[in-house]
Amino acid sequence: MDILYFAWVRERIGLPKEKIETKAETVSQLVHELRAREERYEVAFSDLSALRVALDQELSDFDAPLTGVREVAFFPPMTGG
Amino acid sequence: MKISVQKEPFDLGAEANAFADGDMSNGAIVTFTGVVRDLAHGDLDVMEIEHYPGMTEKALNKIASEAQERWSLGDVLVIHRHGRLAPGDQIMMVATASPHRKDAFEAAEFLMDYLKSRAPFWKKEFTGKSADWVAAKDEDEVALNRW
Repeated sequence: MDILYFAWVRERIGLPKEKIETKAETVSQLVHELRAREERYEVAFSDLSALRVALDQELSDFDAPLTGVREVAFFPPMTGG
Repeated sequence: MKISVQKEPFDLGAEANAFADGDMSNGAIVTFTGVVRDLAHGDLDVMEIEHYPGMTEKALNKIASEAQERWSLGDVLVIHRHGRLAPGDQIMMVATASPHRKDAFEAAEFLMDYLKSRAPFWKKEFTGKSADWVAAKDEDEVALNRW
């Protein structure tokens, strides 16, 4: 599964994209796994209310299942326009 | 419908003139242009806009298609830049064409409200001293409720 990070999430984790093997069934479980990896992930995911998630390039939420999902992206609330 | 996510500047006049040209059923064309501003401290050097290639185009298409369903529109245009911009630079524009003025104005406002918080762009402001990500505003989220 491809995991993408944008804006300050990318900066805190220190990379824009990585491939991971996971058995996580939901976004929350995936976040739990990532947080347990290293301090920088723990810091980036410490406040989920400050984060948004997209599954295969569609906005989603942290309860969503990961079945069939190929690309997960984490980023702060968007500031377009 | 035309959606463009680009690094290059755009020519507002040329885009506005070419937009919906030749379609005589549109009696109203509204354009909105977003410009890099320096309100906070007067020391902004650069604004960098990051985006999510792929999702950005999908999100903009979805927002523009929804506008076309909700209002009577002859055409919709969205151009949004990314990369490094300076104060005064044009960031983005939307244009709407409609037989009716009200539809053109409302659809343009709808597009802007959704672009702000549902299209994956992030702004970072660089001054001589600092580099800060622009935080989303609660009011941007509230603005969606009226639609």
